[in-house]
Amino acid sequence: MKILVFVKQVPDTDDVKLDPRTGNLMRDGVESVINPLDANGVEAALELKEKYGGTVTAISMGPPQADDVLKKALAMGCDESVLLSDRALGGADTLATGYPLAKAAEKIGGYDLLICGRHAVDAETAQTGPIIAAFLGIPQVTLVDSVSIDGEYAVCRRVLPDRFETVRVKMPALITVCSEMNTPRYPTPINIMKALKKPRYVWNSRDINCDPEMIGAAGSPSSNKEIFEPPKRNTDTRYFTGEIEEMASAIADTLEAEKLI
Amino acid sequence: MLINLTEEQKMIRDMAREFTKNEIEPRDKWMDENGFDFDLYKKVVDAGFMGINIPEEYGGGGGSAIDTTIIVHEFAKGSASEATFLDAHWMAADLVLFHGTDDQKKKYLPQACAGKIFAFGLTEASAGSDAAGIKSTAVRSADGGWVLNGGKAWITNSGVADYYIILAMTDASKGNHGISAFIVPKDAEGLTVGKFEQKMGIRGTATCELAFDNIRLPADALLGKEGDGFMMAMAALDGGRISVAAICAGVSEHAMTVAKDYANSRIAFGKPIAAFQGLSFRFAEMATDIKVMEMLAFDAAAMKDSGKRCTVDAAEAKLFAANHSLQICIDAQQVLGGNGYSKEYHVERFVRDARIFSVAEGTNEILRMIISGSVLAKK
Repeated sequence: MKILVFVKQVPDTDDVKLDPRTGNLMRDGVESVINPLDANGVEAALELKEKYGGTVTAISMGPPQADDVLKKALAMGCDESVLLSDRALGGADTLATGYPLAKAAEKIGGYDLLICGRHAVDAETAQTGPIIAAFLGIPQVTLVDSVSIDGEYAVCRRVLPDRFETVRVKMPALITVCSEMNTPRYPTPINIMKALKKPRYVWNSRDINCDPEMIGAAGSPSSNKEIFEPPKRNTDTRYFTGEIEEMASAIADTLEAEKLI
Repeated sequence: MLINLTEEQKMIRDMAREFTKNEIEPRDKWMDENGFDFDLYKKVVDAGFMGINIPEEYGGGGGSAIDTTIIVHEFAKGSASEATFLDAHWMAADLVLFHGTDDQKKKYLPQACAGKIFAFGLTEASAGSDAAGIKSTAVRSADGGWVLNGGKAWITNSGVADYYIILAMTDASKGNHGISAFIVPKDAEGLTVGKFEQKMGIRGTATCELAFDNIRLPADALLGKEGDGFMMAMAALDGGRISVAAICAGVSEHAMTVAKDYANSRIAFGKPIAAFQGLSFRFAEMATDIKVMEMLAFDAAAMKDSGKRCTVDAAEAKLFAANHSLQICIDAQQVLGGNGYSKEYHVERFVRDARIFSVAEGTNEILRMIISGSVLAKK
């Protein structure tokens, strides 16, 4: 089977600060990582490949440095990568992001399953995966925490707030995966050494036949009006370290000493 | 940095760093209290670290000395024990790689990659620096095999290893040139593994006494040529000393980081103690020494990769690193004041871990002999 997995480069959110003058995220010196839920997506794709055979293509859209997350995907075991990188694609909202990613899938063609992380940890819209599916005219199943293949169908379990739901979807289809799905594997040093020798493609908006009116800022019906931090409250914080049992015991002692329990 | 890492090496470094942060560092205190961590060892195997130094044709990563130095350096930032375990395994596997017959390489190297643990046995209770003083003997048997008698002490990975590379005297009349190497499986009849040593530090490594009582080995247990054992061991130690230098750098950085976080948050006399020059100047010294350790270790690794002899470079790297890492850990402990004396703050463990490196894989005194011999021989 042919699997396409979409990955995004995001700031390591523990380090994010806002510029007080502009309200924008200060990205200088902030480490960028693969969106954790997309790492779950890569792992899901690789497990399916190991079980059912086939290929896995990792796709990302971003500036040239976004190639770092594709390298990680290759080192985890993906067979090839595609980076959509073009100034014309910049400044995009989720609609203008999903569209070129769908066009890339169109160009690759012949896919069975598309996999996205449930959401990206920077914006958390959870829209890009469904938008890709809509542009491609294929069914989508979101919030998936397990998937298997039964002939032409992907059998997916969805995690809903009050229950699990099993959905059989005829492929080609797109799924978005939750963090509960798996624990992403570490790229082994051996696979890292092989990764950069695998096929790696860089496409611009013309390579994937994008309508210029539908990409970048021009293709974005939504824009950020303002980004701000919620007001901070001064609270005393005490950090507990050690093994789980040690921390639990220390916390209980502290709460008892403070007469809170 | 003097060494320009390739893109792959940077990825390996980042991956080893992430693995250390997520898997190794959280287990270091447990290992200090409980010993070898088999669960962590399985993760190390699954993550593909065991065979990084072994060519791809045997299932390994085909990595260079720079690659292995990167990995133990990162591991040591989380646990000196785990880094030392891996270094010792690689050193023993390297002996098979560089000196084994084709059949021995095909038999043992895939196993080393797949997770079988190897250990290198030279030191004995009465022979450490004086390698020619070893008492273990291997005598030819009538069937062309060998009979091994004697014992070893202070062998890293002993007690958990699947294979031991044992150095034994095959011709005492030749001194160092009468030592040969043998591959001994853990289930060899006549091999007894003693109790685990209660060490001061690197307590996450397994260290036991070994006793050999008429162990019968087949002819093909001989590794390399008869009489080449000492030369093989010394070459292996060159690589081991480079790794130890990198481990010292990693332990030092770990200690400095713990001390830095403490100094930036501990308030005394109205400000963080890091604001006092008496303390901040210590960090200047620590950081500078750590950088030198890294440079010496990676320079020696690059020398090894170039194919040139790196004995003196490796000795210099280890001597500097062993001396300075212990002092850095002690200084870090001093920064923490009374809290530095508590196990809860971890840094006392780093002091105990660092203490071994001026002894293991070549004492400071032996290293000084090597370096001074090279210096004084030059015209």
